[in-house]
Amino acid sequence: MVRVVLRRLSQLGVTLIALMTLIFFWLRSLPGGPVDALLGERATPQTRETLTRALGYDQPIWVQYGRFLRNVVTGDFGNSIRTGEPVADVISRAFPATVELALAAIVIAVGLGIPLGYLAARHHGRLLDNATIVVTLVGISVPIFFLGYLLKDWLTQGTHLFPPSGRISTGVENTGVTGFFVLDGLLTREWDASADALWHLILPAVTLATIPLAIIVRITRAGVLDVLDEDYVRTADAKGLRNATIRKRHVLRNALLPVVTTIGLQTGTLLAGAVLTEKVYNWGGLGTLITDSISGSRDYPVLQALILLAAVVFIVVNLLVDLSYAVIDPRVRVR
Amino acid sequence: MNGPGGMATLADHKRRRIDELTARTAEGGGVSLLRDAGRRLLRNPAAIVGGAIILLFLIIAIFAPLVAPHDPVQRFPELTGGLTVDSIPGASAGHPLGSDPLGRDFASRMIYGARQTLFVGVLATLIGLLCGVLLGAIAGAAGGWVDMLIMRITDVMLALPSLLLAITLVALARQPTQWTVIVAVAVVNVPIFARLLRGSMLAQRESDHVLAARALGVRQRHIVTRHMLPNSLTAVIVQATLTFAVAILDAAALSFLGLGDPDINRAEWGLMLGVDGVRYLEVRPELAYFPAIAIILVALGFTLLGESMREALDPKNRR
Amino acid sequence: MPLLDVRDLKVVFQRKGAEPFTAVDGVGFAVEPGQTVGLVGESGCGKSVTSLAIMGLLPRRGNRVTGEVLFEDTDLLRLRPQDLRDRRGRDIGMIFQDPLSSLNPVIPLGLQVAEVLERHQGKTRQAALRQARELLDAVGIPDPARRLREFPHQLSGGMRQRALIAIALACKPRLLIADEPTTALDVTIQAQILALLKDLVDRSGTALVMITHDLGVVAGLCDTVNVLYAGKVVERAVRHDLFADPRHPYTHGLLRSVPRLDADRGGRLHQIRGSVSDNIPWPDGCAFAPRCDRVIDDCIGATVPLTPTRRRDGALRCTNPVPLEVPA
Repeated sequence: MVRVVLRRLSQLGVTLIALMTLIFFWLRSLPGGPVDALLGERATPQTRETLTRALGYDQPIWVQYGRFLRNVVTGDFGNSIRTGEPVADVISRAFPATVELALAAIVIAVGLGIPLGYLAARHHGRLLDNATIVVTLVGISVPIFFLGYLLKDWLTQGTHLFPPSGRISTGVENTGVTGFFVLDGLLTREWDASADALWHLILPAVTLATIPLAIIVRITRAGVLDVLDEDYVRTADAKGLRNATIRKRHVLRNALLPVVTTIGLQTGTLLAGAVLTEKVYNWGGLGTLITDSISGSRDYPVLQALILLAAVVFIVVNLLVDLSYAVIDPRVRVR
Repeated sequence: MNGPGGMATLADHKRRRIDELTARTAEGGGVSLLRDAGRRLLRNPAAIVGGAIILLFLIIAIFAPLVAPHDPVQRFPELTGGLTVDSIPGASAGHPLGSDPLGRDFASRMIYGARQTLFVGVLATLIGLLCGVLLGAIAGAAGGWVDMLIMRITDVMLALPSLLLAITLVALARQPTQWTVIVAVAVVNVPIFARLLRGSMLAQRESDHVLAARALGVRQRHIVTRHMLPNSLTAVIVQATLTFAVAILDAAALSFLGLGDPDINRAEWGLMLGVDGVRYLEVRPELAYFPAIAIILVALGFTLLGESMREALDPKNRR
Repeated sequence: MPLLDVRDLKVVFQRKGAEPFTAVDGVGFAVEPGQTVGLVGESGCGKSVTSLAIMGLLPRRGNRVTGEVLFEDTDLLRLRPQDLRDRRGRDIGMIFQDPLSSLNPVIPLGLQVAEVLERHQGKTRQAALRQARELLDAVGIPDPARRLREFPHQLSGGMRQRALIAIALACKPRLLIADEPTTALDVTIQAQILALLKDLVDRSGTALVMITHDLGVVAGLCDTVNVLYAGKVVERAVRHDLFADPRHPYTHGLLRSVPRLDADRGGRLHQIRGSVSDNIPWPDGCAFAPRCDRVIDDCIGATVPLTPTRRRDGALRCTNPVPLEVPA
């Protein structure tokens, strides 16, 4: 068990170093080099020279590479070109917003997806099942930014059921503790702040949840159908066990094994989807940060940190998923 | 040998049927998996619907100049005249879907859009497929450190969510063009195809028919090209069908993020939806609805066909 | 009065887009209390479907089951599903072919034994687990206390089948149906499991329906044997009669396809040509006709009924049977 974790962590290390190396050399291979990339083509030769020296780009490439790696390890990604703030600050401010959004989305996707998938499987081949398949297929075919705008157009403009953008209404007091606005309100007993944040959270979370929801429904359905065909379910039936026992103890538990892996893989979808969703709802998380860093001149220091962060999150979440898999499937434990 | 009464003819007839039947089962003993899968595919309504959508889409794309009422880039005075900040002319005589924000015939742009969308989707899928298959075949056939290196590279690429990787690739390019979009979307799929091909080749290396070929002394190159590749390719074709759907969705997302093709004349659904569509959603929602529905339909068509192909090829579903 | 009396059991598969297929076609046989009855035939002859139909374990959709399955005079086919559920595992136990896939991989063995006791005897988890330990001990699983906490993949094939037997016999059923219980096991283990089964049913007086393609199993275990072909009983006889004088050409062929030590050296092993799928495409006539050496016109002309023979408990479905070996 410990060996597995260690091996995966070392894999994470290797992947990150490779990724950083790729980014490092890619930035340097751009026409005009990193300084042009940082300053844009219209900068004066003088500022260009100053920056070249300040960033150490006049030194041999391996010295630069070594320093780049050292900086990354110590969490020093330099300053954002757009705002001048340290990249670490910019990111840590946006991080909780995205995590809050992604968690809400995954709660919706899992909370609705597993029961729906199970129901569809129970009605295999009948209307409900077929309808579910069609709806989920359409669900994964909809560009989610379009869906976001649709929801926004229908449910905020005119109807005013939900706020159109942002994480909290202006004028609502909230004290930052964790950066998760819903949680902060609960911790500081600012109930209205919590409720307001939750109200803002619903539409973006639903938008972001669409694709994972559709996929979880499909995986659950397929999993249940597979398990229903298994010999051990027939054995359970031959024992005369009650239907409820069979479903809970023998069918669902086995059917959910592939769903757990899927949830891990959906982290990627969520991170990518967050970029689009956050732009639609002006959410102010990492996704917004990415959009801002690529619009107009590129904010490379921020961008490169964001890419590394995305990789870390994705790999760590999948590691956690693998660990939880070992808890629910005894066959994995011995390996 | 004739039996008594009328029974004889009946029995003789049946005996002949039996002989026919035995002959047929003897020659039909090895109905190939592919023919079997094809038969199942044609029985599956999802595959038929998917295929029909794709066919319609192809026809429109190919015959766009014949179907479209106008030139997709021409600006019409009768349309530009009606353009203001908060109104874009709707349907009128000669312009069934009205105008786009630049006074061009929207219907013609939708029809030509099929062509451009097909172009982006097919190229992105094909480039990704070719590079991936090549890498995967090298890894699978070579093994050892080559395999190891290629797989580590795909690991790194897969560590990033696909859209983020595409965003990064486009963002690292100096200036987005139609090609940066195609290449970015293609590169995202390279590791998927590579792993798929390698995995299926490894599985086959251990499979009975390859072992049998090897035992018979068939040369390695022959085994790879004649036995392993064709079998792996079915999986690749299924994946390519599914990839096409993702490719046009990713291209649309890039356009929405401002990383798409900067050519304002280009009529491509992702571009139309991601740029003008969402910008003028409150002014004229049709500008978003039509390309969105077109994208959803085409993505759905390819997903339906791909999923049914996968289902049909799954040996679990034989018979 | 027989314990189990199956009468004219018929199972028709009705799949969408395919011709209805009659898997079991009017099968009938009886099992006396404590008796061991064999159902023998090649794969695809309908023997497993018969057992699943008796237990009511066939999926309700896509199958039509008709006839009567009288268990102590109650027709199991007409019971409400929940009433049948009450009897399964309590009055009738069943063991299956593949012991690994028949056990749930993610649930400890103990619970898989205990749950049947909890269900039918209303025992608490603790009491059920305690009894489960004794049951595992009784079927010859060493160190049962430890095995209770283990998972199926940690057990050997023979041990898994022993566990399944323990589960099936946990509530002391009056009838046990064993569907190819030794097919997936090594030969040495097969013998152990058969010996265990024989010992257990003898001691507890449980009746046993043994479903197998293996004539060796029949020879060692069964009192009466039903030979099935294409969903029909083609011959029935007590064990000794069947082995001494097989009347149906199919049974005859089956027995002659078994290698024998006392056969002539260099003599060819007999084979039955073709396979079960070489079926005649019309409902009447003998299904075995296309493969039969003794086929005559009457075989394919009309339905051949199952008629009692003069031997004890014997019956035969053949127009041109193998002649009795008359002692010289």
